[in-house]
Amino acid sequence: MSAIRKLLGCLLILAAIPAIAAEREILIRNATILTVSRGTIERGSVLIRGTKIAAIGPVDQVKASANAEVIDATGKYVLPGIIDAHSHTAVEGSVNELSLPNTGMVRIKDVLDNEDISAYRQLAGGTTAASILHGSANAIGGQNAVVKWKWGKPLSEWPIPDAPAGIKFALGENPKSSNFQPPPGQPRQYPNTRMGVEEVIRKSFIDARDYMAKWDEYNAKKKRGEDAIPPKRDLLMEEMADILRGRVFVHSHCYRADEIVMLINLAEEMGFKVRTFQHVLEGYKVATEMAKHDVGGSTFIDWWGFKAEAYDAIPHNVALMTRNGVITSVNSDSDELARHLNLDAAKSVKYGGLTEEEALKTCTLNPAIQLGIDHRVGSIDVGKDADLVIWTAHPLSTYARADTTFIEGEIYFDRARDLAKREALKKEKADLLKREKDLEEKEKKEKKGAGEKKPARVAEVGR
Amino acid sequence: MRARAIALLLVAAAAPLLAQSVIPNNPGVKATVAIRNATIHPVTSAPIANGTIVLADGKIAAIGTNVAIPANARVIDGTGLSVYPGLIDSGTTIGLTEIGSVAGTNDVNELGDLNPNARVEVALNPHSNVIPVTRINGITTVITRPGGGMIAGHDALIQLAGWTPREMVLKAPVALHINFPRVRAGSSFFEQPQDEEAEKERKKQYTRQLDKLRDTFRDAQAYAKALEAKGQRFDRDLILENLVDVVRGKVPVVIHADNAADIREAIKFAKEFSLKMILSGGDDVQEVIKDLKDNDIPVLLGPIWSLPPREDDPYDLLFTNANALHQAGIRFAIQTEEAHDARNLPYQAANCAAFGLPKEEALKAITIYPAQIFGVADRIGSLEAGKIANVIVTDGDPLEIRTNVKQVFIGGEEIAMDSNQTLLYKKFSARP
Repeated sequence: MSAIRKLLGCLLILAAIPAIAAEREILIRNATILTVSRGTIERGSVLIRGTKIAAIGPVDQVKASANAEVIDATGKYVLPGIIDAHSHTAVEGSVNELSLPNTGMVRIKDVLDNEDISAYRQLAGGTTAASILHGSANAIGGQNAVVKWKWGKPLSEWPIPDAPAGIKFALGENPKSSNFQPPPGQPRQYPNTRMGVEEVIRKSFIDARDYMAKWDEYNAKKKRGEDAIPPKRDLLMEEMADILRGRVFVHSHCYRADEIVMLINLAEEMGFKVRTFQHVLEGYKVATEMAKHDVGGSTFIDWWGFKAEAYDAIPHNVALMTRNGVITSVNSDSDELARHLNLDAAKSVKYGGLTEEEALKTCTLNPAIQLGIDHRVGSIDVGKDADLVIWTAHPLSTYARADTTFIEGEIYFDRARDLAKREALKKEKADLLKREKDLEEKEKKEKKGAGEKKPARVAEVGR
Repeated sequence: MRARAIALLLVAAAAPLLAQSVIPNNPGVKATVAIRNATIHPVTSAPIANGTIVLADGKIAAIGTNVAIPANARVIDGTGLSVYPGLIDSGTTIGLTEIGSVAGTNDVNELGDLNPNARVEVALNPHSNVIPVTRINGITTVITRPGGGMIAGHDALIQLAGWTPREMVLKAPVALHINFPRVRAGSSFFEQPQDEEAEKERKKQYTRQLDKLRDTFRDAQAYAKALEAKGQRFDRDLILENLVDVVRGKVPVVIHADNAADIREAIKFAKEFSLKMILSGGDDVQEVIKDLKDNDIPVLLGPIWSLPPREDDPYDLLFTNANALHQAGIRFAIQTEEAHDARNLPYQAANCAAFGLPKEEALKAITIYPAQIFGVADRIGSLEAGKIANVIVTDGDPLEIRTNVKQVFIGGEEIAMDSNQTLLYKKFSARP
């Protein structure tokens, strides 16, 4: 990474870091509070103390101390930060460890990138947290990372500390490589059919049981004081074993109704539970089975027809699954869509007639429940993290805009601040570009003198 | 080998089965209909409360508060409802694609750089399932455009109803589409090529493409002249022939370009050949306002739901473009550049309104403004007596997601408000 690039990147990040307060108090006053869990408070206030929501209520009942910062939110709406249960943002390099049918030992947390501008852009759309998933190239892909978009903070502060671990499975066209060719000269990799996909998963769990048995034998011997050689550690088998022990949430990408039911049956046979089905575009066809297995559905609401397995997708999917008792969330699977998940939530009012309350849950409380972080986030409740967004209009309206985004009581995005900084950033960029150009001219002159070939630099930058 | 041949046959057989919509197509009956006591939004004039609109013979017969309802009219009670013109999407691939990953169903991109002889109107599938899905959300008319190569081909303005492509086409072509060569390799400011050699080669390739474009147009000008000359026969060249109306200024050119440098080069190219240019895409329009204004170039803006190209772009760059054009008095329309997801056109327009564009302008950008840009404002784009009866009845603002479109009329024919998706919904709602 060139020095100039690093410097400019740092400047962009520093531009966003807000002032840090010890035990700050912020009163968001006189707005429509959409608690999501306990209905709507017209003309209400939310009091933030430190990182938590301290009080919620009608405007004349919520009092703040004298040194509280008061934000007049008259006419505005406050919604909990939106949670995206299917993200691939903030990952350095590929999200797919393509090389084997089961790469469950790899971890997204090892390749997180806290300089991905998409995180900031999502804050600007009211999204504050996400489950960053491995891709869908393998039947069993890799371990996820559940983070908050703490733009400007060190990477270590991004993962939500007590978020349950999760792993990505994938069913259907992608893990059987229907739609992409192997690199030239390389043979196609198993599996090639949905039969093979099931087998990969089945075999992985059978192998895991063997692995667990070997360790049990070893541990029993040690206990008896016998001499024993420990089995060879296998990081993949340990992950599979943890799934069987119920320590890891399984989030499985799927499309077709038959593969949804396949995994439910397989899970019940192998002795684990599927936590959520992702995409699950045909979930509406087997919502009964999903409800019985107590598995959630997380889906992008109206994309369809891009693959054969997406052809029967209907935007009423969320509503139908919800009506059948399945906890359903809308997600993005896209840096772009993650900026307006509030609108995807609105679509299940139109398609299938969910109430506005139910619709708001699909982008806030329900993904929080699915990810096991609803003790912290997903609704405006006293004691939860102050992850809140101030909207200019009702967030289910297409005319609404997120203007201020809080995570744990700190402002991570504010439109007024963003606008105010633009001129300064433009000037800074121009200055840096000029400095780089001057540096290059200088080097060229020196190169002419020294006669040595230096590493190339592009002379033309900018627009 | 045999198994593979069978597999290929099966795939080929599957595609048409998937593509045939079973939704009843337009009934062929241009009934006389009166929608009474509704809030009517003509778009080109102020909304009318408690208004009546009469459709007859496929046209809008009358609008107003005191309109005589013909005796044989079917009367629809519009109490609590609103009436708007059918929405227009200025850039789609509807009718040319069924399943993105199945090549047999995709007809958007012809091979090679020079395809002016590719014409959308001969490849449209009137029974695509995408059509009912789109029109039941109030989009009645779209531009379907080709996408392959540098000169991609000629588009068609189509109604989303009709038993054959000819019945759908309102105007074909509207324009020739050019995917303008791009001066920058990647879109990110931080993307620097690894070595000087690769960058040199890429620059050479860019220059070659521009030269090819200009050479082709010069040849087209020569061909046009040759056509006028008398006395000498020559073999026809369909590539050049399909550029003749363009170089004569009769058929506009929609040039797809996003980057400011590309837009400027495109304008230069259009002026060189006296082309009637329309810009499509336009991520960087705010940087080229003067160039667009000075040359009176209208813009087909969109998709709005797209990421700003550079890391250091303002986060709302694509959302504020529409208002910037509006403030500068530059003509524009909003497009989705989609097929399956074109139904979200009104919401993409509304997004622009969330970032400054007046709401009425957002509505105009998907009704009267595209009609004007495409030269069909005498026929569609607003509710006015004499125009084609492309009419939608809603229970609110069609740019709001929570609004329901209750009934759609295309060419005065009442459209079945079902799609494969609503039928699947009904089917599985009934699962015990």
